Amino acid sequence: MTRVEKSLARRYRQERNFKRLGLGAILLGLLFVSFLFISIFANGYTAFQQTFIKLDVFYDPEMIAPVGETDPDVLSAGNYGGLVKATMRELFPSVTSRRDKKKLYGLISTGARFQIRERVMQDPSVIGQRESIWVPADDDVDMLIKGHIDLNLPESDRRIKDDQLSWIQGMQEEGRVEKRFNTTFFTAGDSREPELSGIKGAAVGSFFTLLICLAISFPVGVAAAVYLEEVAPKNRWTDLIEVNINNLAAVPSIVFGLLGLAVFINFFGLPRSVPLVGGLVLALMTLPTIIIASRAALKSVPPSIREAALGVGASPMQTITHHVLPLALPGMLTGTIIGMAQALGETAPLLMIGMVAFIVDIPGGAMDPSAVLPVQIYLWADSPERAFVERTSAAIMVLLAFLISMNLLAVWLRKKFERRW
Amino acid sequence: MHTSTLIIVLLGLMSLAYYMGRKRSLNLVSGRVRDLHSLPSYYGLLTALWCGIPAILLLVVWISFEGSVVTGLVVDSLPQETQNLPPERLNLVLNDIRNLATGDIVSTTVDENMQQAADHYARLQGISHMAMFVAALSLAILAGFIAHRSISRQQRARNRVEKAVNFFLLSSSTLAIFTTIGIVLSVLFESLRFFQQIPVTDFIFGLEWSPQTAIRADQVGSSGVFGAIPLFAGTFLITLIAMVVAVPIGLLSAIYMAEYAGRHFRSLAKPVLEVLAGIPTVVYGFFAALTVAPFFRDLGASLGLGVSSESALAAGVVMGIMIIPFVSSLSDDVINAVPQAMRDGSYGLGATRSETIRQVIIPAALPGIVGGVLLAVSRAIGETMIVVMAAGLSANLTANPLEAVTTVTVQIVTLLVGDQEFDSAKTLAAFALALVLFVITLALNMIALHIVRKYREQYE
Repeated sequence: MTRVEKSLARRYRQERNFKRLGLGAILLGLLFVSFLFISIFANGYTAFQQTFIKLDVFYDPEMIAPVGETDPDVLSAGNYGGLVKATMRELFPSVTSRRDKKKLYGLISTGARFQIRERVMQDPSVIGQRESIWVPADDDVDMLIKGHIDLNLPESDRRIKDDQLSWIQGMQEEGRVEKRFNTTFFTAGDSREPELSGIKGAAVGSFFTLLICLAISFPVGVAAAVYLEEVAPKNRWTDLIEVNINNLAAVPSIVFGLLGLAVFINFFGLPRSVPLVGGLVLALMTLPTIIIASRAALKSVPPSIREAALGVGASPMQTITHHVLPLALPGMLTGTIIGMAQALGETAPLLMIGMVAFIVDIPGGAMDPSAVLPVQIYLWADSPERAFVERTSAAIMVLLAFLISMNLLAVWLRKKFERRW
Repeated sequence: MHTSTLIIVLLGLMSLAYYMGRKRSLNLVSGRVRDLHSLPSYYGLLTALWCGIPAILLLVVWISFEGSVVTGLVVDSLPQETQNLPPERLNLVLNDIRNLATGDIVSTTVDENMQQAADHYARLQGISHMAMFVAALSLAILAGFIAHRSISRQQRARNRVEKAVNFFLLSSSTLAIFTTIGIVLSVLFESLRFFQQIPVTDFIFGLEWSPQTAIRADQVGSSGVFGAIPLFAGTFLITLIAMVVAVPIGLLSAIYMAEYAGRHFRSLAKPVLEVLAGIPTVVYGFFAALTVAPFFRDLGASLGLGVSSESALAAGVVMGIMIIPFVSSLSDDVINAVPQAMRDGSYGLGATRSETIRQVIIPAALPGIVGGVLLAVSRAIGETMIVVMAAGLSANLTANPLEAVTTVTVQIVTLLVGDQEFDSAKTLAAFALALVLFVITLALNMIALHIVRKYREQYE
């Protein structure tokens, strides 16, 4: 008895330590989650704003077209780049040398000329008049205004030079520099210029890809689950199918990409980088997830339901379609949504089928070349410009928002329709 | 008209057929449903199936053979000297013809012959399209009409429809098998071509990996060595680091959740940890490359260690974080599967909770935990985006986690992204690597599933 009592203190200490260890592990996990989210958010929230510069543009008839011209071909051929440059020279008359002028022009985004062209094409009557418009600043200026450029570095290491700095300060004092909500980010496709790039192209591509994926994997997955759970005879063939599905669930996703490359692109000759092929590959990849979830949903329907239906004279197929499927459907939908969330975040197989191409246009259908959101993130993460870091983080935030809402929908479905028998 | 319009038209015809079939069956018995063998909707469904399925099958066959038939006809119409070109050159010419016909950019100057061929191509395609439309629609109408006529009182419509549905169910479930066969064949086929150029032994036992092959024979330093050992070593190193992070954290948090945590804590902490499982791997990759790798590099610099900015450590740690919820949910399952009686017996003998866990529950759950860890290892080996973004590109045979290493998946991506030539060892090497990856993950999985299943049977 005394020996036990003597050892008690040590044993209780061990107990406490062990408990702390477990708690520590969980807290560490939670720490990782919060650290990841904070790091993404801290890098990304600034991307939702964009620096604009106010220019007093004189729509010079000599550079665009004579006053009164309305022919769109003539209007679109105007020298709008020269117009922006002239406006900048007018703003800073003291800048004369070639090199300095080049630096001066670099403050304005190359998108400015397209914006001015748009303006003139819409309303040709502005030619010959003067107007103040806000145009996007170059990404380096944007980074400076947002405080991402370290001014303590020597000038040669900075993307913004000292005289550019003084011009920007001059414009700031005149109230010509302003940060506004970045609508371009949500309405444009990809671009080499960070200030002109957006995620709409990738988001639309993701939408088409998921649509194809859903159209294939949901019916096929549910049918396969119904067959295995309700119809299939217990024999070796069924066992083989089951083992196969379990193994497919663990095949690395990149291998599905190689399958897509070899079968859909090389063998069937489908075009590269299109949502159709991406959707097919992702459908094959998510199929095991959907089948496994659907089988679990079918299993949870009690046998008494089937027996009752059969007892009043329903055929086995009627039992399934009229009674079992409706009861299992919420569970199947939950599994499908989770599978779709997985497909939305998947990158590696899409790299294999060429969805990494640089695509500016917003796709109009499942056969147009397009990017998808995660691939867009990968492409931007590889770009050297500092401004793409915040856009990558912002794109991640958008992707995570989609994923979280899909998962919440799944949880809500499960909560709403869950039945305990 | 586009193919999608045709499909919409077919769907419309099918619903019309459903309506007609249903109506006819009702008319036959003048509304007395009990005189029919099946319910009226089954007659409708049967008519609709007859209307739609043959036409859709025809469409599929037509579309898959249309390209080669039209191309063959165009080739026959080309001048003799063009027809005798080697296959690659002929393909280029055909590509140009196709581009010319669709109005895209053409790589060569357009001459008389090509213009003719392109017109011929466009005409043939137009004819083929038209013929496809007419054939599919008339087949649909004909088959639907016959099915409609053959509806009778005794027709076993329900049984036939159910047979068709049954066939659809069966074929859906075999798709999984076809996928596996497709994976094996596509990977194996290209791998065999690779092994014709590079001996298998060089690939499996070679210590050097440098896949750049020379375009011209006289180029320097582009020999192309395909020894995969450094890739396996790199994969193994990163997987090991990931496991060192994921297994203790995942296992301990599972134990705490299952044995200690109160209800409130569990309902709060568990979903938050599961968030980690839902985050796309590309996000982890970005996190590793942007935050974790510089952190380790600076930490190493302040300690006087040279840490590469693409160190195996950064990629491994982030991969470990990704796998934590995987390990913890699998361990949670097996720990909960240990019968309560074993815990009660241990408490009855006076053991504390931690003693029960360490000496009773873990030994009992060990096979399941090992199975779960093996599944996690197979995930880590096949993980791609984290290592593509955060690990190195050049093969480096080292056991030092502070250096940059490359992995099998990274090499597959670098070899296949961009231009591919399916006759060079460089592109084919990716398929050989994928074959190895597939075999390893498959084996790990089989073993893991076997262990888990054995363990479950033990306590059921």
